Amino acid sequence: MTLEISRLQQKLESGKFVITAEVCPPKGSDCSAFIASAKELAPLVDAVNVTDNQGAHMRISPLAAASLLQRDGIEPIFQLTCRDRNRLALQSDLLGAAALGIKNVLLLTGDHLSCGDHKEAKGVFDLDAVQLIDAASRLCHGEDLAGRKLQGPPSLFIGAAAAPEAEPFELTLFKLRKKIHAGARFFQTQAIFNPAAYRRFQEVMAPQGVKTIAGILILKSAGMARFINANIPGLRIPEEIIAELESASDPRRTGIELACRLAREVQPFCHGIHVMPMGVDEGVGAIVAALSNTSDDKESIPCR
Amino acid sequence: MIVSRQKPFAEILDAIDGSSSVFLVGCTKCATVCKSGGEEEIWQMQEALSSAGFEVTGSLVIDEACHMLRVGRDLRSKQQMVTDAGAIIVMACGAGVQSVSAATSKKTIAALDSLFLGNIRRFGQFEQKCSLCGECLLSRTGGICPVTACAKGILNGPCGGMDNGKCETDPEAPCAWAEIFTQLQEDPDGSMLESYTPPKDYGKLPKPGKLKLAK
Repeated sequence: MTLEISRLQQKLESGKFVITAEVCPPKGSDCSAFIASAKELAPLVDAVNVTDNQGAHMRISPLAAASLLQRDGIEPIFQLTCRDRNRLALQSDLLGAAALGIKNVLLLTGDHLSCGDHKEAKGVFDLDAVQLIDAASRLCHGEDLAGRKLQGPPSLFIGAAAAPEAEPFELTLFKLRKKIHAGARFFQTQAIFNPAAYRRFQEVMAPQGVKTIAGILILKSAGMARFINANIPGLRIPEEIIAELESASDPRRTGIELACRLAREVQPFCHGIHVMPMGVDEGVGAIVAALSNTSDDKESIPCR
Repeated sequence: MIVSRQKPFAEILDAIDGSSSVFLVGCTKCATVCKSGGEEEIWQMQEALSSAGFEVTGSLVIDEACHMLRVGRDLRSKQQMVTDAGAIIVMACGAGVQSVSAATSKKTIAALDSLFLGNIRRFGQFEQKCSLCGECLLSRTGGICPVTACAKGILNGPCGGMDNGKCETDPEAPCAWAEIFTQLQEDPDGSMLESYTPPKDYGKLPKPGKLKLAK
């Protein structure tokens, strides 16, 4: 195990703006399309998020998928949820990730089983996200949740999720503070549609010394936006964005333009952008280009 | 009380399988209040089974079917009817079914599904408030149980699916943590919201549960 820190951590801690993007592992054991997709993204981004049975839909293990990226020289952010594993399995997977060279982890509670394709399954939730972050911090300090010493503590860059647009905002804050206290070093947020809400979030987070990476979701069509509003927990796409997609002659292109615009608007208030391409992989390049062309004259909240 | 619901009749018939005669057992407590296994439901079951061609040798509504000694005694009082039956259909919770199965060698059929420990909102309306989790947290959560009221049972605040104070599993249902938050905000000492709740100790909930009171 190496002691060096991940590129994502290096860049964030040296004050550089980062780009991450999410790739969903396959339902099946053939990872060729997943790897191809990650390889296309790799030159554009600092790290690639590997989702964990996203939306409670069963897919290949994110640990296996993240390890395949790591093997190919692509830096993964291994997402791990509490829904499908008890505290032994969670700690064990974190140690496994470290042994495979994976350093970035995003620790989540996990979407409820009723959102997914195995609604009959038993949800585990032995730990919640705050407790999982605490467990990961303890592992990094050389002991497990039972207080037993580890043979070789892992070196993990611990991330957590935030939902800056969820209301009531005050209700989400005490949990965010608990996540930071438990050891979260960076936050990747739920998809943002309202830059003012992100600014409010960043104003609270800035004094805490953690890095925030704003989630940008690329919408393909008005239909997709409505589907997300109806089916995906915690996401709320405003009517004016849906209307803009509805009246677009080329909704896919308009969706990319909308994502670029949001990314530029939120850029002054965050340390990075996390793109959820939703199959529009070419949009990632467009967002990266849009951000690098942005002038620095905007008002910003200093975060270091 | 234990909230229970009658299984579909076809499923009960399937379980009876080769027997042509049955004896019925209900319970005067929870199953009566839930209208799943009281006098009235036993009578309806008797009618339905007779129409379906079964002989009902007799029936009994036991005062607390979870009381093992009492179940044994009551069944012995109807010994002939029980002996004549090919199977015993129990319209009580899982505890009641097992008092019966422990007291007789007859085939025992569970006619109800046991759902949860329920509070009674009003007649015929039950809500789960407590999960019998073995370690009560209510003193620190404003008297609202997150283990039960949160769909994920999480202990340190709302999950990412909460919005407008509602739960991700049902946009009509309140988020348990939104309710706890409101409750604790009225409390002048809001420190409980900020304090970290460690993982639950499931060692305090031995499975199967056993409790023997000291004399």
